[in-house]
Amino acid sequence: MTFRKYLVLAGVTLFAAIGDSFLARGMQQIGNISLPRLPDIILTILNPWIALGILFLLAFFAAYMTALSWADLTYVLPATSLGYVLLALIARFLLHEQVSTMRWLGIGLISAGVGFVTRGPALTHPPDEDTAKGVPEPVGSRMEP
Amino acid sequence: MKHAYTWGAILAVVLASTTGDVLLSRAMKRVGDVGELWRRTGLLSVAGRILRNPGFLLGIFMMALAFYSLLFALSWADVSLVAPASASLTFVANAIAARIFLHERVDHRRWMAALLVAGGVALLAA
Repeated sequence: MTFRKYLVLAGVTLFAAIGDSFLARGMQQIGNISLPRLPDIILTILNPWIALGILFLLAFFAAYMTALSWADLTYVLPATSLGYVLLALIARFLLHEQVSTMRWLGIGLISAGVGFVTRGPALTHPPDEDTAKGVPEPVGSRMEP
Repeated sequence: MKHAYTWGAILAVVLASTTGDVLLSRAMKRVGDVGELWRRTGLLSVAGRILRNPGFLLGIFMMALAFYSLLFALSWADVSLVAPASASLTFVANAIAARIFLHERVDHRRWMAALLVAGGVALLAA
């Protein structure tokens, strides 16, 4: 794992949390959309928070695809779940929501999971052999971080 | 009936997003290291290579299906049940699917990570 790759993982985490926060902020301003007024949902992109949120989520998707091009799915998903922690911190300190003891416990569990997976290898199978059926993964191809 | 709809929709979210993640992961492994390709052949060529991959397009479609299933689930139950239930079940389903379909080595460490994160996500909404 190079520094550049850690930057991409940080991008996946940050862009998703920021994008979701912006969408939440925008939808709070817009209010509920009822079923008969469903087409209004198209106009929500005119809200600057929503537009910015979509831009960040596009950046998230690009970073996510980049990470998947060189790391396992079971590495990328837990490694980037710090976004949930980040969202809770944003909710507590920027949006001034109450974060309960149970939530802090959940944040602790997620952080422990992230610590677990990032100590292991990022890629455990050769990229060319994902079509091979039942072929045991050669240990020599494991990429150590 | 309400419970059946809710959990049916949550199941649909989990299945669709796991299928989507597996397809996208497989497609991106086929494409190769994006950073390296970008340096060698340029951004447009990389984008073209990704968009021509049928697995990638099918993956996007499954992600869209997961999103609409989530909206459907949200119309039947609270977000505090639907979001963590589908997110934490997806972590576990992904670990199983990655092992079977992507031949990833899901060792004890990764199982622990998937279960800890799934439990943590469930607690976030408790």
